[in-house]
Amino acid sequence: MTALDERGVRADRADHATVWSALGTVRDPELDEPLTDLGFVACCEVSEAGHAVIRLRLPTYFCAPNFAFLMVADAYDAVAGVPGLTGLDIRLDDHFASDVINRGVAARQGFVASFEGEAVDELDSLRYDFVRKAVLAGTDRVCRTLAGTGLDPASLTLGEVPPGPDVERLRARRRELGLPAEDGDPLLLDPATGQAVAPADAKRHLAFARLTRTSMEANSGVCRGMLRARYSLTTEEEGTG
Amino acid sequence: MYEKDGEKYFVVDAHTHFWDASPGNWVKGQEEYAKGWIECFHAYQGLGPKETHWPIDRFQKYSEELMMHDLFEVGHVDTAIFQPTNLRQWYKNGFNTTEADAALAEKHPGKFLVNTTFDPREGDEGLKALEERVKRYGCKGVKLYTAEWRGDSRGWSLKDPEAARFLEKCEELGVKNVHIHKGPTIWPLDKDAFDVSDVDHVATDFQGLNFIVEHVGLPRIEDFCFMATQERNVYAGLAVVVGGLMHARPKFFAKVMGELMFWLGEDKLIFGADYAIWEPKWQVEGFVDWNMPDDDELSDFAPLTVDQKKKILGLNAARLYDIDVPAELKLADPKDVEPVGVPNP
Repeated sequence: MTALDERGVRADRADHATVWSALGTVRDPELDEPLTDLGFVACCEVSEAGHAVIRLRLPTYFCAPNFAFLMVADAYDAVAGVPGLTGLDIRLDDHFASDVINRGVAARQGFVASFEGEAVDELDSLRYDFVRKAVLAGTDRVCRTLAGTGLDPASLTLGEVPPGPDVERLRARRRELGLPAEDGDPLLLDPATGQAVAPADAKRHLAFARLTRTSMEANSGVCRGMLRARYSLTTEEEGTG
Repeated sequence: MYEKDGEKYFVVDAHTHFWDASPGNWVKGQEEYAKGWIECFHAYQGLGPKETHWPIDRFQKYSEELMMHDLFEVGHVDTAIFQPTNLRQWYKNGFNTTEADAALAEKHPGKFLVNTTFDPREGDEGLKALEERVKRYGCKGVKLYTAEWRGDSRGWSLKDPEAARFLEKCEELGVKNVHIHKGPTIWPLDKDAFDVSDVDHVATDFQGLNFIVEHVGLPRIEDFCFMATQERNVYAGLAVVVGGLMHARPKFFAKVMGELMFWLGEDKLIFGADYAIWEPKWQVEGFVDWNMPDDDELSDFAPLTVDQKKKILGLNAARLYDIDVPAELKLADPKDVEPVGVPNP
């Protein structure tokens, strides 16, 4: 018997919506934004039989291969986990290391094995550094919303922050690093140590959080602009599938 | 010199190139990289205003006349500083070499300063060649690429003992401005080529040298700013900041300028147009017209004054390179200003 979901689609087969939403969970590690929002998914087709063909693209031919590898591997993992997927063909196009990355990801090799002789370290610490930065940037995002509320970020716990997507995203990033993320935990903490920030240091901590967010967002702005120039996109086309 | 609203700005373009990336200069077997590299640069040009975009063939190789026109006839530049990029592994005669830059500079006395480069992996021979180039071309600065692949080596660090020998030589020769490319690079593949900790190290050891971090460490502005607050001889090269953000992403341009003013301050920011990626004209004119927008998110940042813009567009670089500035273009009463973000003692 074949089950139909609420949209009348066979639930035992992956479809475009489920695959697209899996791709939406994959972030550019450096920008902390979903590939689907950045316009990095050039093509996503899922056949009726549940076979997915995905093509990824990046803003330049020379985008750092370490980040490119992380993204393609993460995208592979995310989509491979979609229930009802019967086949997966995922490739990065138009990049100087496309072939090496595509082969390495398809063979489930790590970064070092894929780039034999050209790399000695896996990318875990790089990824960790960027989640740490995402925590700082997320802290600024949350604290900006507190302006004018009379609440002092230095003395707040996460549970005392008015609820919203920004604080949820901050909690998620903190959990990824194993940092405290429950209601009673402080809003401001040092992402390297997990220790609460002392009130006397709060001003500088917040200035640094703001700076980190500016850096990531400016970088994201450059990447989006480059992608648009490279593929002659309009703003509306960036996030389409 | 650029004049607007009765104010006169002395303009030093501290980051310019005269390159040849045309197919005739591509190394056999490396065409894909040579082509990819210049197309990547060309895409960056897309971040500038549409009317300043060039067709790819002109962008691959432009004439001397065009460069003189774009910088000095219409671009308001008083002095331009060449920053070489050899890339001989992809381009037969190099991409933008000290020699090619110097040949152009010699034809136009007083317009250009020629920087050179070094690679500490070249050892004694490289040290000798550096000295010869510096003496021959009168270099007061070097441009360094620490992430450059060479034989089995996957890049180098300013912390290497060999690098210290070259920096000592620079001090001895009066080459006091060290520009370091911290921005998009390719190799080594697994390293974070944007890591600025080696600049931190040598800035402490070589107090007599100025370290100008090109492209402000984009995309790691936060690491760069944090480091710069601790080292008085570290500067921000604004190539890419103005060209890549001011037109395409004005809001982020405002934020980045705000942060740089906050953490480094008005005496440490050095304008560079990064020609031929972007022409100086629209950047100089746009920067003089620009100011910090009135926006809640930018409330930590003050508007820039005319004097601050004069420093950034030319007077700071003139100070580092001992460039003569006509009396009428100097500031009446220049002061060194401490940035807000420097930690209290």
